Amino acid sequence: MLKQMEGSKAVAEAVGLCRPEVICAYPISPQTHIVEALGEMVKSGKLTPCEFINVESEFAAMSVAIGSSAAGARSYTATASQGLLFMVEAVYNASGLGLPIVMTVANRAIGAPINIWNDHSDSLSQRDSGWMQLFAETNQEAVDLHIQAFRLAEELSMPIMVCMDGFILTHAFERVDIPSQEQVDKYLPPFDPRQVLDPAEPVSIGAMVGPEAFMEVKYLAHAKQMQAIDLIPQLANEFKQQFGRDSGGLVRTYFTEGAETIIIAMGSVLGTIKDVVDEMRAEGHKIGVLGIISYRPFPLAEVRAALVNCKRFVVLEKSLAVGMGGIVATDVRMAVTGTGIKGFTAIAGLGGRSIPKSSLHSLFRQAEKEELQPVTFLDLDWDVVNKQLEREKLTRRSGPIAENILHDKGIVSAKFG
Amino acid sequence: MFQIRVHGRGGQGVVTATEMLSVAAFEEGRHAQAFPSFGSERTGAPVVAFCRIDDKEIRLREPIMEPDALIIQDPTLLHQIDVFAGLKQDGYVLLNTNHSFEELGLADILKGRKAERFCTLPANEIGKKHIGRPIPNVPLIAGFAALSGMFKLESVVLAINEKFSGKIAEGNIAAATEAYNLVKEQMKESGHA
Repeated sequence: MLKQMEGSKAVAEAVGLCRPEVICAYPISPQTHIVEALGEMVKSGKLTPCEFINVESEFAAMSVAIGSSAAGARSYTATASQGLLFMVEAVYNASGLGLPIVMTVANRAIGAPINIWNDHSDSLSQRDSGWMQLFAETNQEAVDLHIQAFRLAEELSMPIMVCMDGFILTHAFERVDIPSQEQVDKYLPPFDPRQVLDPAEPVSIGAMVGPEAFMEVKYLAHAKQMQAIDLIPQLANEFKQQFGRDSGGLVRTYFTEGAETIIIAMGSVLGTIKDVVDEMRAEGHKIGVLGIISYRPFPLAEVRAALVNCKRFVVLEKSLAVGMGGIVATDVRMAVTGTGIKGFTAIAGLGGRSIPKSSLHSLFRQAEKEELQPVTFLDLDWDVVNKQLEREKLTRRSGPIAENILHDKGIVSAKFG
Repeated sequence: MFQIRVHGRGGQGVVTATEMLSVAAFEEGRHAQAFPSFGSERTGAPVVAFCRIDDKEIRLREPIMEPDALIIQDPTLLHQIDVFAGLKQDGYVLLNTNHSFEELGLADILKGRKAERFCTLPANEIGKKHIGRPIPNVPLIAGFAALSGMFKLESVVLAINEKFSGKIAEGNIAAATEAYNLVKEQMKESGHA
């Protein structure tokens, strides 16, 4: 049914339709309306049988999800930013134990400096945690990916993060088609766990594993993500047949055929990029877009196939590997090894910096002429950066950087608008 | 694409206003995207929220920097921030005040613009009368529907009924109706209806 609604509420409805049996969450910022709405559904009896467990921290949220999933309950939680970092030890345990938990990450920056706004630093910090990560471009895709995520996680017995841009998607009101319970039930069978703590057939989960078997267990986690490379497109196909929509999959191309320059990105910024590409195409530019939906597993072959005929690409990412450059860009460059295609990295939108069309127009035009540096920081204010560098050169006690920058920019406190 | 920027203060229902604008547009079969300028909301602090309306899917995610229309929920903002920044030359402005643009010293803003697209509305008073509180957002949405002709009063009523129920919905519908008619009357008086 078509509805005009907030992204968080739409995801809450989708998760509710997936019949989770345990939802655990820590109800403090950084948290979204998703678990708030799910809490209301459980309390009102609309979502039953389901237990909503109000935990004392994010670490506890993931620990409860591990326990409930191991006990055979379909388990869900949501987090973002510092909340994700606080649960990290348990995040690795969930994947190490092979428990099919689904978690929404409403992507946000990581402090310090304190910042509540959107970028991809949080879930990308968990790149190697063994969790799968799918990125939604729109709220419709966020809804659809959650439905697919439970199938995928339970099929492989591995956890998955559904990543959606915090604020930009979670707080946006837009048109969303919410499927019916019958449709979702037909697509997503009841949870049939590969391992379960059952008093009738006792097992232990979580053995200590020494050097003689540790690598094999870890390899199997990798092997499962390699299986997901095949399974993700299958599930997206099946989804399309049942729901009539293209959602999910590994990658999505837009005018890449015959494109000399291809822009690569993840999440909601793809929409703005596509609008810019439409405008540039109308002027005769040979430019296209490659959206990466599945960040983990990373679809090396599909990315290579999409890029192999272009002359150059730009990875525009909302994340930064300090001391290195791009995070997504590193994987993309791996995918095109040996092709000689020129790759550029553009770091953009950190901490909620807006990514306007005008900036993308000039970035893409520079890329076409191959005038970009290997790593570019979109719309960086070089004046304040250079001023601080100069200050550090001149004064030993140059003071706290964030405070200095705010002072130089004439900002009393963080503002918006 | 038609882009609306709403300025107000924390507590005035600025974000709700854009959400309801998007629902009203959706009710008429159009695509709409509403989003706040994100931040930690505090009562009384300047707040901005946005709404885009189009006949096709809206993919753009940048803030609205060149609005087709402005809804200003608090005239005291005019002295604090440049609410008119980027407003298109033929843009609409609906201002919550019981003064005229001239009385507020805004005659210069109107120069070279379409005066019939500028309108004031005593939305606080209308809110107070029908809802019991000086919340201007719903009267302003309805007033904007009248001023711009973007959507019908009935669609605003549908949006109200989706957001509120019972007495609060009734009060808001009465407020919306009065605001809608008031703006229509003003337009008639100035001979532009």
